[in-house]
Parts: sequence; structure tokens; C-alpha cells
Amino acid sequence: MSTSAPDTEIAIHRAGAQRMGFFTDTSVCIGCKACEVACKQWNDLPADGSQTGKGVSYDHTGDLSASTWRHVRFVELFEPSPQLREEAQRALDAGAGGRLPAIPAAGGVDLVDVAQSGAGGVDVADAVRKMGEWVFMSDVCRHCTNAGCLDACPTGALIRTEHQTVVLQPDVCNGCGYCVPACPFGVVGRDPDDGRAGKCTLCYDRLEDGLEPACAKSCPTDSIQFGPHDELVEIASRRVAKLHERGIEGAYLYGAGDEPEDELAGGLGSFFLLTEPPERYGLPAHADSPVQENVVPATVAAVAAGLLASAGTVVAFAVAARRGRRTRGGRTW
Amino acid sequence: MIEGGNMAEAHPVGFRWVMKAKERGARVIHVDPRYGRTSQLADLHVPIRAGTDVAFLGGLIRHVIETESYFREYVVSYTNASTLLCDAFRDTEDLDGVFSGFDASTGRYDPASWGYEDCVVGLSAGVHEHATQAFSEHTGAGMDLGSVRHDDTLQDPRCVFQLLRRHFSRYTPDIVERICGISREQFMAVADALIANSGRERTGMFCYANGWTQHSGAVQMIRTAAILQLLLGNVGRPGGGIMAMRGHASIQGSTDIPTLYDLLPGYLHMPRTREGHFTLKEYIGVGKVDRGWWSHFDAYIVSLLKAWFGEAATKENDYGFGWLPKLTGNHSHFSTMLRALDGGVDGMFVMGQNPAVGSQHSGLQRRALARMKWLVVRDMAEIETATFWRDSPEVQSGELRPETIQTEVFLMPAASHIEKAGTFTNTQRLVQFRDKALDPPGDARSELWFMHHLAKRVKAHYAESERRRDWPIVNLTWDYPEEGAMREPDVEAVIKEINGYDVATGSPVASFDELRGDGSTACGCWIYSGIYKDGVNQARRRDPGDISAPGGIVSPEWAWAWPANRRILYNRASADLEGKPWSERKRYVWWDEAQEKWTGYDVPDFPATKRPDYTAGPDTTGMDAISGSDPFIMMADGRGWLFSPSGLLDGPLPTFYEPLESPVPNLLYPKVDGNPAAIRWRRPENPVHATGDPQYPLVATTFRLTEHHTAGGMSRTVPWLVELQPEMFAEIDPQLAADRGIEDGGWMTIVTERAEIEARAKVTERIRPLRVDGRVIHQIALPWHWGYSGLSVGDTANELVALSGDPNVSIQDDKAFTCDVRAGRRYGPSTARLAGVGLTGHHVRPDEDDPLAENPQEHRS
Repeated sequence: MSTSAPDTEIAIHRAGAQRMGFFTDTSVCIGCKACEVACKQWNDLPADGSQTGKGVSYDHTGDLSASTWRHVRFVELFEPSPQLREEAQRALDAGAGGRLPAIPAAGGVDLVDVAQSGAGGVDVADAVRKMGEWVFMSDVCRHCTNAGCLDACPTGALIRTEHQTVVLQPDVCNGCGYCVPACPFGVVGRDPDDGRAGKCTLCYDRLEDGLEPACAKSCPTDSIQFGPHDELVEIASRRVAKLHERGIEGAYLYGAGDEPEDELAGGLGSFFLLTEPPERYGLPAHADSPVQENVVPATVAAVAAGLLASAGTVVAFAVAARRGRRTRGGRTW
Repeated sequence: MIEGGNMAEAHPVGFRWVMKAKERGARVIHVDPRYGRTSQLADLHVPIRAGTDVAFLGGLIRHVIETESYFREYVVSYTNASTLLCDAFRDTEDLDGVFSGFDASTGRYDPASWGYEDCVVGLSAGVHEHATQAFSEHTGAGMDLGSVRHDDTLQDPRCVFQLLRRHFSRYTPDIVERICGISREQFMAVADALIANSGRERTGMFCYANGWTQHSGAVQMIRTAAILQLLLGNVGRPGGGIMAMRGHASIQGSTDIPTLYDLLPGYLHMPRTREGHFTLKEYIGVGKVDRGWWSHFDAYIVSLLKAWFGEAATKENDYGFGWLPKLTGNHSHFSTMLRALDGGVDGMFVMGQNPAVGSQHSGLQRRALARMKWLVVRDMAEIETATFWRDSPEVQSGELRPETIQTEVFLMPAASHIEKAGTFTNTQRLVQFRDKALDPPGDARSELWFMHHLAKRVKAHYAESERRRDWPIVNLTWDYPEEGAMREPDVEAVIKEINGYDVATGSPVASFDELRGDGSTACGCWIYSGIYKDGVNQARRRDPGDISAPGGIVSPEWAWAWPANRRILYNRASADLEGKPWSERKRYVWWDEAQEKWTGYDVPDFPATKRPDYTAGPDTTGMDAISGSDPFIMMADGRGWLFSPSGLLDGPLPTFYEPLESPVPNLLYPKVDGNPAAIRWRRPENPVHATGDPQYPLVATTFRLTEHHTAGGMSRTVPWLVELQPEMFAEIDPQLAADRGIEDGGWMTIVTERAEIEARAKVTERIRPLRVDGRVIHQIALPWHWGYSGLSVGDTANELVALSGDPNVSIQDDKAFTCDVRAGRRYGPSTARLAGVGLTGHHVRPDEDDPLAENPQEHRS
């Protein structure tokens, strides 16, 4: 499963070392943010300021950055019930001036309607559940097989470790910032004071001492699991199957277990179990490193490069070309 | 079933086990006004109008009875369902919402008519008035059960079961919907899930936290769940019970070895002057029960006195009992702070608390602090209670000036939990010892160090005194060894004293069975006896054992649980009348006929060799009066109490009352809105909104966030936590926001008669209005973590809340009160309407008894 790093990368080699990674299972994340705090504490990263409303609901820090290497996203998916919409429309039609009428039965879902419409009985618990979803996802560097940041780094600050992770050496980084747009996931950020880049190291220093990364250690529900990549993929695949059995059909892996042509950046060292389409979390449904986009398929890239000036446009072009067959979790987005 | 709690957010580490249970097929239901992180992780979220839980749970009780879904064998034999009640008893259904014995002029009950048939309730009304609820409810103290009759068919109209059925007969799904805003379908979904997960093969559990404990009818709210669990057979069995998720680490421990004003260690009650507890004999006379476990009461109090006064405690001097402080009235937190406001408190030690932010009616609390002469604050940060004299909202507004505040504040830096050795006792009564990881910085010291060296200084000061009143200080045993450069007292020496020891040899006792009432043993807290068995700190053990073996999940060698390392209380109820497990699946403790003793995965909570078919004769006493099929050995009749004949001050059964502040009248009992026996502290500076007051049409509730801890002392001082929740906010629904012109992320102001505070609006579909009896009720939810010190400052939600009290435990109604909101920031200082309070009106001197303080229900304006 694990892919060898391309020869061009600056890499640490150690005999017997395995590819290590994270499996972040959002289906058991409780949104506690212990991972964010543990990460900052272990890596001695500063609080980099926050602002009410910067992110959704309880997310006030917004995104990953040079000094936020774990970040918990919150997604609120609460839609007014169809009945509420209808009542609202009726009120509007009657000239109620945009004010919503009284909310129907508790929870906003008309369960009587739901129950009556379902021939043969409806699971009321399930119906109530549908009143909304509040999704939590602890985001982190993917440690991509084809790491755009590493490809773009001119100084050798970004290296591939023996664990197949991608680590930035701050004392080598010159702050050029090329790695920032080269990351298809928006993971890498720059320090606002000295311009140097920063991102997750998968706790390289802890790994050297046989410790698991701080975020995984602190996670109370094992939503963040750390281990050999091969084993994690197996665990994660079983988990998806289990969730499917339970009727959570939307569960899928983001960044692992894909067919080669669908792999995100050649496969992710730290991958995720998601239950909603990637866009709901602000994640790209497709991602490749710029180098990949420029090389494969060679003809398309060559023609595109000849016609278009910016690499970003190339990515957009390639994504558009491939989007039609992108499926995840049995669904087509 | 998680109700009255927000476990994923407020107890995230414990929630790990809920998630594990879910993975193994457990179904999780969350009943809560707001859709929080717990709701998302639950299988079903049921929104409820804050403060109406008794109506909802009462509806479930009715449903379980009417559909005959209760666990009949368990109910008949293990609860007091079959017990016949006294003729004189009248129910709330007969008396328009109050029980017999209510005196409307004092707001108090005389419980004389609540007893079992022909049963003498030994406690006089006067005793009951101040009886310590936690003590006597557990014991049935003073009850003579000699002639109590039972009807095992449960048909007699005077039996508890029939009374219970009548009492809740009007709590129909329709009424539940009209009161709580919970639809019939949601109600049925919960009822079906509970019933499907109870009985021989399955068990269900309730978890609650401060969403139940902080109401003017809090104790009865929890009692309602207890009744439901007894009916379903979910007490004393694995996977059953009612878990009280505590407010901080080791709050359970601080209840056991208590910081409560009305308890001595191990739930022995404080002696009280008005009940005439002047001699040991008089005190034991109230506490000792002829039947059941509390027949050992004298051994526990005498051993406690021996631990405290050592050789000076002799039979001749009542073991020093006379020198224990005696309660003269309600000295709970609010009564004490009001007395301070009136000038009647010279000084105070504040440890592990931050009343300037964390206590209700915080503006009043701060004005009370300003009237003391001295204040010692021990904390890890310079919390608001320590800085009120220089930066409180009252000082900022100019109402109070630092130079005129007489309070001298001593801030003592405290060690954190990793900087000291000690124990945490969790909700399961599991006591886990932890070692010190590193020395505290600078002058910071542990609580143990502080109390130890303070006690040594006080003792040195009085060493030569021959005054009688100084006897307890002079004779207090205080010989803990010290170690290291900091002269930290030896924690294990304290644990040994708590465990108890033989006075002659000094060797630790193995359990409370070895404690005696003749002065030959000493014990600091009888329920912890065994924690230092064999001279080993049992709480330091960390062997999970083979958790895959049958019953291995009990892990008896992981730390130590009180009492007697027992993980589930009353676990004899996990077996049937004959002592066999109710089912293989729920096997836990059983009678082994071959060995003629009780055995199982856990320590049996029953006399080891008492046969299940043993029948107690009418004249038996002590534990002999408990039959082999009576699992509830702490109760005088050995039964789980559906009906509480003794111990509660606001009725033997829970009854639905509205919160003291409610937008709607009481639909079930139109003549009684709030708990008629609630403590109200009626004073002009403590105004309470009338029911249905159109100025305050909204329901407010308070809650906690994962990112902050209580009043913020440990979290608003940490940049990494502050950035995660940077500002005070209020959660409101989009419809209310649109009505009031409030925008998401914009400022809004929340108003009560006590204060007005500002917050950022969090407009979200997660909190939704409820339809209550044809009316739409909007609720708002306020985190209560913010104050005026620290890296993140913000208005304090507790400023909005009135002082009020559950009659049994003096806790306030702050999970349901009324308010109004408007767009924009507040107009002036948050508690400006309290300006001048404390400088006028009622005054007491510190050395003067305040008769009004004894009766907080009295009007005092």
C-alpha cells in the first residue's frame, strides 16, 4: 500500500522503518479540541489569535496555520423542516412580511407527517435524528505520498522522513512560501512575523522516542488513531464496513483505499473517515500535487502548460477534466 | 439516557466510555434544551423546556405502570411498592399540588403523615426541619418498622404502588407535550427504548449532572429518575443505576469527606442545637437506627472523634463530642454570603471556588466580599474573587472604590493537581491515587500543606490555653510526618487516618466491620475504611486484570472504591430472590449454595453468609432485621424507596412544579407554580420574576463548554484554551434573533431584574423554540465561564440569576430562569441596579446570632 518516495525528495532512510500515519475517524469525534491543545503544548506553538465567528459554530480559529497544526472543523447541517418551509411560504404568501410563523412540533420535524408517510412504520428516532447533524472533524497535514509542499521547497527544509512523513525543518526554511500554494489542502501556513512555514511533523521527535503523537495521545475517544499506515488502512476499511452495516451509508475514507487514478495526492499518510461529502468540510474532492498535474497525463499537461500561464489554472483544468468520475462512499459528487 | 447533563462537552474523558458502549450496541438518548455536542453523539436528541424534567420523567413512570412494563418481581420484592401507608397521608392529587402537612405560612412541611402504616416516625417535625437530607434519606432514621404491612398483590389502595399510580395518573403524553414541548412521538421513542433496555436480560442507565442538580426542585428531579429506575429494575445491577456526573474532579470526594456545612465525614450529620444534639447520646439517638446498616452508627462517630481528639477523647467526656461545632440554622453558601452582606461575617477562606463569577447573583456575592475584613483566596491564578476590590464591574463603574473597601485579601498560590500527590474520587466512588509529577513553582503549595501548616500555627498559638473553649484546638491530633525541603505532610499518613486503625496497636483496620463504638478504634471517614488495608495504599493500584474474562470488566484491582472496594452499590439486587442471577447476560453477584455464601465478580453488598431465604423476624434488630431478599441494606426496611417516608423536606414523592421563574403557569397544579417548600431568600436585592411576567418571556439556561473550566480560573488564563472560545456568547434560535434584530456574531444583551449582561450572539438552529401548550417558548443558553480577570474577559452569566434554594440542599434554580434579550450592548454597568446594596438595611454583627439567617424563607424586606 505504502508508496516509496520519489528519488527527487530529500529523505531520511532507515532500514525497517514503516510508513506511519493518522487515521482520523470523524464518526467518533466529540469536538473537544483536546488534539489542538495537546499539539500546541507539545510543539510549543503559540496561540495565534482567534475571533468569534471566524469558523463555523464553535470554531473560532478558522483553519490550520503555521502555528495551528491540528484544527477541529465544525459543520452545522441544520435545515428547517419541509413543513416549516411550507408554513413559512404560506405566511409569506399571506403577506406576513417575512416573519416565520410558529415553529411546528418540537425539534422542527413534524413527526406525525413522517410517521404517516412511511408505510410500514418509520423509526422515529431516525426521523428525529434528521433534524440535523453537527459534524466535527479534526484536520491535520496529510503527509501525502506526492507532497506538493516538498516538491516546491527550494531549500531542502521540507524532507521525507523514514516514516514516509513530510517534516519541515524550521532552521533550514528561508520563508520563501512556495510550499503554501503547492499544498492542495491548504495545510501549510507561514509565520506572520518571520515568514517561515510551519505544519504538522507527525510528532517526529516523539516518534524517535517511541511515543505516539500528542494529538492521538490526548484524544479521549480514539477518533485520532496513530500507527503503521498499512494497519490503519485495514482498521479504517473495517470501520467503514461496520458503519455501512449500521445504516450509515455515507461513511467513506478520504485519502485511502482509492483506485490509483482516484488517489488524493497519491494517497494520504494521514487520512480520514468522513460521513458527508468532502465539500461540506471544506475539503477538495480531488487533489494532486502540482508536479503530478504537470506530468500526468503528460500530453494534457504539456498542452495546458503551453497555453496557460499559471500552475493553479492547470490544477483547475485537470480537476475539471476528472471530476465526472469522482466517487466517494458510493456516491457521485 | 443522558438528561440534565452535557457529558460529551463537560465530561469528555468519561464520555470515552459512552462511545465505547455505543460501539458495543448501546443506544444513547440525550434530553436537553439545546442540541450540543452530546446531542450529536447520541442516537436520539429530545429537546425539552428547561426545568420540566419531573413532568417528562413522571410521564415515563405513568407509562411504565399503565403498560405494565415494570419489572414486577423486582418491584414487589426489592422496593417498597407493596408497603401500606399511613391513613392520614394525603397526596398532591387530593390537595391541589401540596402534600399533607404543608404549612403555607412558613412554606414548610410537617412530615408526620408521610410514614408507613402504623409506623412511628421517630423524628419530630422540628428535627425534620433541619434533618440533613443526605443522611436521613439514606437511613430511615428514627423509623420504627415493627408493624409495617405489605400487600404483595400491589392492589391495596393504600399501598405505595397504587399511590404512585394515582400520583402520576395525570402525567399523560399529552400533558408531557403541553408542559415540556416534547412530542408524543419523541416521548414514545424514549419510553420504548427504556423499556426495551430493562428487565432480566438488559439494563439501562441514567446519567445526569448540574442540569438536574441546580433547580429549586433538584432533589425530587433526581428522585423521579430513581423511581423510574427502580420500577424498571435498573438499580444494583451492571449497566444500571443513576450516575451523577460531578462538577469537578473529586467533587464526589469532597462530599464524602465533606466540605458541606451540614455533614461530617462519611455522611454522618452535623449536630444541631435546635434538635438538642448536645450530648453524644442525644446525637446517636437520632442517627442510630435499630434496623439495617445504620445500627453501626455509634461505631462510626466514636471512631471519628477518636481520630480527631486521640487520647483526650474518652468515654467520660463523650469522646469530645461536646466540642464539635453545632449548627444553629442554614449556613449554606447563600445564607453565609447574605450574612456577609449584612456585615455579619468577618472573613472567609475561598479554596477551589470563585464566587465572584461562579456563584449565583454574582453582583451580590461581590458586594458581600467587599464587606468582610479579610479574605484568603487560594488558587492557581489570580481569580476574580481575589481581584474584586480593584477591577470588579462595581469598581470599574465607580460604585465601589478600592480605598474604601475594607477587605484585606490574601492570595495564596496553589499547586495544581500534577504538583501534589493525592486522590480523585469519581462518580462511581472510585478513589484513584496519583503521584506528584513535579514540584509546584515558587510559593505554590498543596492544599494539604496549607491546611497542615495552618493547623500547626493555630495549635501553637493556643498551646498554653486552658480555656474550655480552646479544648478542641489544644487536643486536636496533628502529628502527620513531614518530608522534603517543603515540609510537605505525608499523604499516606492522612490516608491511614481516614482508613482507620486500632488505637492500641496503630495497625490499619481492614474494613469498617472492625470499627467499634468503645474508643478502641479511630477512623477519619468510615466509608473509606479499607483504602489502606494491610498498610497498602489500595487507591494506588493500577491492575485492570483480564478484562476479557467473565466479569473481568469490574477490574477490582484498579484503584479502590468505597465502600469496601464495591463497584456497584446494592448489588444483591443483581440476583433474584433465590440469589440466582436474573439472567446469564446480567450475571454479577449471586448466592453460592455449595460455599453457603454470596459471591460474584464484585464484592457483594450484603452480609456474606446471609442466606437468600433468611426471613427477619418482627423483633430482630440491626442487620438481623434485614431479610435475605432485601438488597437495600442501608435502608431501615431493606427496600428501594419508591415513596420516601422520611428524609425529604418537600414531599415523599416528586411532583411537577414549574421553576420559580417560568413563563407559564403550572398546568398540572394551577394553584401552585413553583416548589412550595423552596427557599426563597426574599430580600429587595434578590427580586424574583413572577410567573408569566411579560417583561421576561424567555427561558434561560446555563451550560459549560469543553474549552473552559467552571469560572475560568484554570482556562481563561491559558492562551491555548482562550483562543478556542475567545468570548462570552449566548445561543439563540434564528426566529428569536430575527424578532429582536439580533445578528449572528453581533452583540446582544440579556436582561433580568438582577442584572443585564452582554454577549456575542450565536444564532443557531441547534437551539429551537418549543411549542408549549399552544404557545411558542424561546430558550437561550449561556455558558457561565466568563468574568473580569484573565486573558479573556466577558460578562458573567451568574449575575443574572436570583438566589433560591432547593429545601433539601439549598441549591439554586439556575438551569431554568426567565429573562429578556435585545440587540446591542448593555447600557451601563451590568449590576448597576444593586448599587448601594449592603450599605443599608438589615445589619448583624459578626458575634451576633442572626435569627433571620435560620429561616431563609422568611420575608425580610
